[in-house]
Amino acid sequence: MSERKIIDARGTYCPGPLMELIAGMKQIEVGDELEVLSTDEGSVSDVPEWINKVGHEMVETTQEGDVWHIVVRKAK
Amino acid sequence: MKILIVGGGMGGTIVANNLARRLERELRSGKAQITMLSASERHMYQPGLLYTSIGRLAPDELYRDQRSLLEPEIEFHVDPVETFDLDNNQVVTKSGKTHGYDQLVIATGSRAAPETIPGLAENSVNCYSEAAALEMLRQVRDFKGGTVGIVVGVPHKCPMIPLEVTFVLHDYFKEKGIADKVQFQYTYPIGRIHALAPVAEWATGEFAKLGINTTTLFNMKEVDGNKIVHSEEGETVDAELLVAVPPHRGMEVIEKNKLGGNGFIPTDRHSLLMEGRDNVYIVGDTTNLPISKAGSTAHFEAETVAENLAALIKFGTTVRDYDGKVFCFIEAGKERATYAMFDYNNPPAPKAPNKAVHWFKMAYNQLYWASARGLL
Repeated sequence: MSERKIIDARGTYCPGPLMELIAGMKQIEVGDELEVLSTDEGSVSDVPEWINKVGHEMVETTQEGDVWHIVVRKAK
Repeated sequence: MKILIVGGGMGGTIVANNLARRLERELRSGKAQITMLSASERHMYQPGLLYTSIGRLAPDELYRDQRSLLEPEIEFHVDPVETFDLDNNQVVTKSGKTHGYDQLVIATGSRAAPETIPGLAENSVNCYSEAAALEMLRQVRDFKGGTVGIVVGVPHKCPMIPLEVTFVLHDYFKEKGIADKVQFQYTYPIGRIHALAPVAEWATGEFAKLGINTTTLFNMKEVDGNKIVHSEEGETVDAELLVAVPPHRGMEVIEKNKLGGNGFIPTDRHSLLMEGRDNVYIVGDTTNLPISKAGSTAHFEAETVAENLAALIKFGTTVRDYDGKVFCFIEAGKERATYAMFDYNNPPAPKAPNKAVHWFKMAYNQLYWASARGLL
C-alpha cells in the first residue's frame, strides 16, 4: 500500500518547495507519493522539470486559491 | 514553572538569556526556574568556519565558554540528554540524571552528514566543523591548479554557503596568483544557482564575469575515488578539489528517540510547538519547517519562544506567532556583501552587494557574542 506525505511549503522562499521535495524524496519508499503545497507559481514548472529529468513520476497538479498542490511518485 | 532547554547553540542560548531577562523577578522568587543541558562547555560561532577554512580566522577565535554567555540565574549543565520521556515531562541525561519540566525547549541543531552519500566523506572537503575546516584549509593551501567542484546536498545548513564558498575561494586563488590555473564547476540541486530567485539572478551575472561554470538540477548520488561526482540525474562532475556542502541531518539523539524523521522534529510553523504536544517547543535547525537552516532563523524563533514562555507565566497565555523571519548575509567576494531578509508573507529583495555590508558582516563576527547573550 503506497503512502502519501505532505510537505507544506506555502509562503517559504528558501530553500523553497522544490528543494524540500528533493529532500523529501530521499525519505520515502519507491511507489510512495509526496504532495507539495506551494504558493510559488514557479513550482508548477520547476517540479516537473526535475521529476522528468531524474526519472520519477508526476501524478497531478491542482490549484486551490493561491495554493498549488503538486503530487509526485517516487519511481526508483 | 520549570523550563528546561536542551541544546546550547544559538537558539537555546537566546531562549535562555531572553527568558532570564523577562523573568528576573520570578527567577529570584523561585516562581520560575531555567535549566540548560548542553553537550559542550564551549559555544561555537559556526559561520566563522568559512573563514577558518581559508586561514582568516583562527580556530580558538570561534569559541567562547558557554557559561560566560549565560545570565547567572540560568542553571547550566554539560550533560547531554539521551532519553526524552515526553509523556512524563522528563528527560534522562548521559550521566543518568533525570530532569523534570513544565515547559521543554529542544534546540539540539543539525549536523553535516557527508557519509550519507557514498564516497563523499572520503573525497571532499567542507567547512562544517573545526576539523573539517582545518582539513579544507590544508587542501586549499596545497592546491596548485585544476578544477574546483562545488557540490550541494539537501537539506543543508546556511543557504548562502554554496555561493559564499565559491566567491571566497575564487578570491583566495586570485590573491595567490593562480586564478588562471583554476576552473570552477559549481553545481546546485534545483534549476537555478540559488534557492532564492533574485539571488540566483544576481549570482548568475557575477559567475559569468568570473568565468565560473554552472550545472543545475544536479543532486549527488555517489562520488568515486577519482573525485568524479555522479548525480541522480545521470550527469557527472570531475574535480581535482571537491568542496562539498553536505546533506544535513538532525542530531542522533532526536533520531534515536524517534522524535522526527532524519532528526528533524515535526513543528507547527507559527507556534513552534512540537506537533501533538502543548509544552514542547522546537527551535532552530531541529524543526522540520521548510525554511532556512540558519543562525538568524534560530535567533528569531528563539525570541518568539522566549516571549511566549514568559507570557505563559505573566499572562497565562502565549502572545505571538513566529512569522517565518530569516536574515542572511551574502558574502559576494572582493570585500563586498549583501543580505536577504524575508518571512512567510514577504519575499526577499536583495540589493546589489557593497563594501559597507561586508564590513558590517566582519563586525558581526564579533557582535555575534552580544547576540547570543540576547543583547542584540
